[in-house]
Amino acid sequence: MAVVMPAPAASRHLMSGNEAVARAVWESGVKVAAAYPGTPSTEMMEVVSTYPDLYAEWSVNEKVSLEVAIGASYAGSRAFCCMKHVGMNVASDALMTLTLTGVVGGLVIAIADDVGLSSSQNEQDSRYWGRFAHVPVFEPADSQEAYAMTLAAYQLSEQFQVPVILRMTTRINHVKSLVTVGERVPHSGAGFQKEPARFVMVPGNAGKRIPLMFQRDGELRVATETSPLNFIEDGSDKRVGFIASGPAYMHVKESFPNAPVLKLGFSWPVPVEKCRELATLVDQVVVVEEVEPLVETELKAKGIMVLGKEILPLQGELSPNVLKPAIARLLGEPAPAMTAFAPMQVFPRPPTMCVACPHLGVYYTLSQVRNLNISGDIGCYTLGAGHPWQAMDTCVSMGASMGVALGMDKGRGESDKDKRIVAVIGDSTFLHMGMQGLLDMVYNKANVTVLLLDNRAVGMTGGQDNPGNGRDIHGEEAPRIDFAKLVAALGVKDERIHVVNPYELPVLFKTIREEVKVPDVSVIITDQPCVLIKDYHKLKPFEVIDDKCTGCGNCIDVGCPAIHVTRRGKEVKASGKEVDLAFVRIETSVCTGCGLCVQPCAPKAIVHHVPTAPITLLKGGACA
Amino acid sequence: MSQTTNILVVGIGGQGVMTATEILAEAAIAMGHDAKKTEVAGMAQRGGVVSSHLRFGQRVLSPQITPGTADVLLGFESAETMRWQHMLKPGAITLMNTARLVPPVVELGLFDYPDDPLAEIRKTGNKVVAFDATSIAQALGDIRLGNTVMLGAIADHLPFPAETLLDCVLKRFQKKGEKLVELNRRAFEAGRAAVGQAESALA
Repeated sequence: MAVVMPAPAASRHLMSGNEAVARAVWESGVKVAAAYPGTPSTEMMEVVSTYPDLYAEWSVNEKVSLEVAIGASYAGSRAFCCMKHVGMNVASDALMTLTLTGVVGGLVIAIADDVGLSSSQNEQDSRYWGRFAHVPVFEPADSQEAYAMTLAAYQLSEQFQVPVILRMTTRINHVKSLVTVGERVPHSGAGFQKEPARFVMVPGNAGKRIPLMFQRDGELRVATETSPLNFIEDGSDKRVGFIASGPAYMHVKESFPNAPVLKLGFSWPVPVEKCRELATLVDQVVVVEEVEPLVETELKAKGIMVLGKEILPLQGELSPNVLKPAIARLLGEPAPAMTAFAPMQVFPRPPTMCVACPHLGVYYTLSQVRNLNISGDIGCYTLGAGHPWQAMDTCVSMGASMGVALGMDKGRGESDKDKRIVAVIGDSTFLHMGMQGLLDMVYNKANVTVLLLDNRAVGMTGGQDNPGNGRDIHGEEAPRIDFAKLVAALGVKDERIHVVNPYELPVLFKTIREEVKVPDVSVIITDQPCVLIKDYHKLKPFEVIDDKCTGCGNCIDVGCPAIHVTRRGKEVKASGKEVDLAFVRIETSVCTGCGLCVQPCAPKAIVHHVPTAPITLLKGGACA
Repeated sequence: MSQTTNILVVGIGGQGVMTATEILAEAAIAMGHDAKKTEVAGMAQRGGVVSSHLRFGQRVLSPQITPGTADVLLGFESAETMRWQHMLKPGAITLMNTARLVPPVVELGLFDYPDDPLAEIRKTGNKVVAFDATSIAQALGDIRLGNTVMLGAIADHLPFPAETLLDCVLKRFQKKGEKLVELNRRAFEAGRAAVGQAESALA
């Protein structure tokens, strides 16, 4: 995004947690910020990149982003990196050694946990990285806290020379609330000071750093007990006292306004003595934490009697409609009535691919090819597992389509000895973690056909730029990777590399059919842009000639959301078999003329739309 | 402590639900309220279900509206308006755009779209006012005015003056020229009038 003028100090704004963190990153004088997009963390780096006087980048994956931040910190500058929960798994190799060297310039890692799985393949509790890597964890409960804790995290990071994890959840990242912002305080580092015993982590050096890490743990345990981020709010109803952090704190306050609460903002190391103090005030203590029983387990180990996951779920958000019945049960009270009636039964509305999406052509084609096992990956194209295509059989982690395909090939059972193995991966996912898997397939002589869907964007997270589209985080020109050359360099034979237009169904079909028969690694690259980015150009829309439509429904199988059924019918074939008919229309106002539905239409009922009156569009857009 | 007002705005990814809720939040803040806005939106950019929660009052704690406590439901689409009826508290009002956006899973014949969502909602006993925001916007010359029509529709069901909301809507268009400001003002008033008429017809 382009750099803009930051809002003045002391002004008050409606900000998401992500926007609030970005503001605080800028105010803290951060010099280098790096991230890979991932819901719900993406907007942090998008917004950071709009601030002046700092370097921001989209990195190819989270591990690289953390390493970039580490380098900047070693050079004495303040650094920031952010990622979604699963991104931290990728970056963790760097974290586990960073904790030994420690930081020079303050380094904050903001991790966004997708509690409730709005857009993720799993649910994780990133606070465990605090325990695992011996680093402190802050947990904001709203945007103002996200802002303030980011500022505090830089102070703590430099005070103890330790990276600090800012643990957020979707309900912090994406919730908008009021934030009063402050002034930017420039920070300048002294530059990189060579100190091999600290920065070169060979066994001899690293072994000497481990006792220092344990010493730091002790100091952090003292700091957390006295931190203003951990505080007790007394209350009149002493039957249950709560220990809560993050959004769960707000849910507790909402649900039990008169209960004593220990609010944890500096939640790792756990302020054990503060917890003990709360326990003396109340009859019993309930720990309310999303998702895992981290604090609960720690307190039980220290001999403090608390309740937690015995009465609360281990999955999802702990909102008032979860907390109130659980505590009522604990107190032996009747469950509070929540709603007048149960939710009404309405069809599910799963996310769809966009009108004219280039992936439609790929999945329509894959759904027409028989005898495939398809390992998939993470991105918009994961939707190919759904209706009508059902053309993806696995989805595990970023880049996993490669290794999983290789394993499916080598691990064939009797039932799939004749199956063709296909892997489907997007451009950004391939650059993130797919390249290594492809190299592994080439080296180990796999029999797999790879479909590399290059739509020149990180689509699912909002079309961010990446090395595949030749634009940097500010939208400015950057070196553009050539995928055909890249896969050739990884060892795929030139005759096994094809670049095809996914809107040309016969070519795509023929290429896939031929390549799956070749017992080698093939890569078929599709090369049309995401319809939501500026590289995409709309074409003249289509419409259906009602008289010509035979109701065969072939066009519906493409899966484009612009195609709607106008009426249904039945037909008895000459063979005596009864078939369902679905007559269609095209929503011309949203059709962008990709022509995918035209190709399977046997009666040629789909033609270019002729407007009855000239189209007049208002300039500048009119939607609120 | 003053009461917290809970407004639920629902629809489909891409309809402008989140922006509409943000403008409502701005209006509440302009009135001196604390406010929190949150979405229960998965991969909403892709035509999925979106429900946006706005809570405002003296101090807002949890950002989420607890089921059974919403004061107003603003529905951008018929079936989606049905989906969230249980969120309303008894006696609360629903303002519903009669537009029907049929998803591919229904076109494929896997599920049915309800024949008459309005009638289904009425069966619950909840109060509902229906209007065709899309046609109103089309009559004004641009389907994209639909969101402003929707905001006009809720304007007389808020604990602050409709003008405060109108100001926040128009502020968004000031840089885009007087013509667009005027069109949006008309769309807002048309939405307000449509709900007013529908309500008096019900009374």
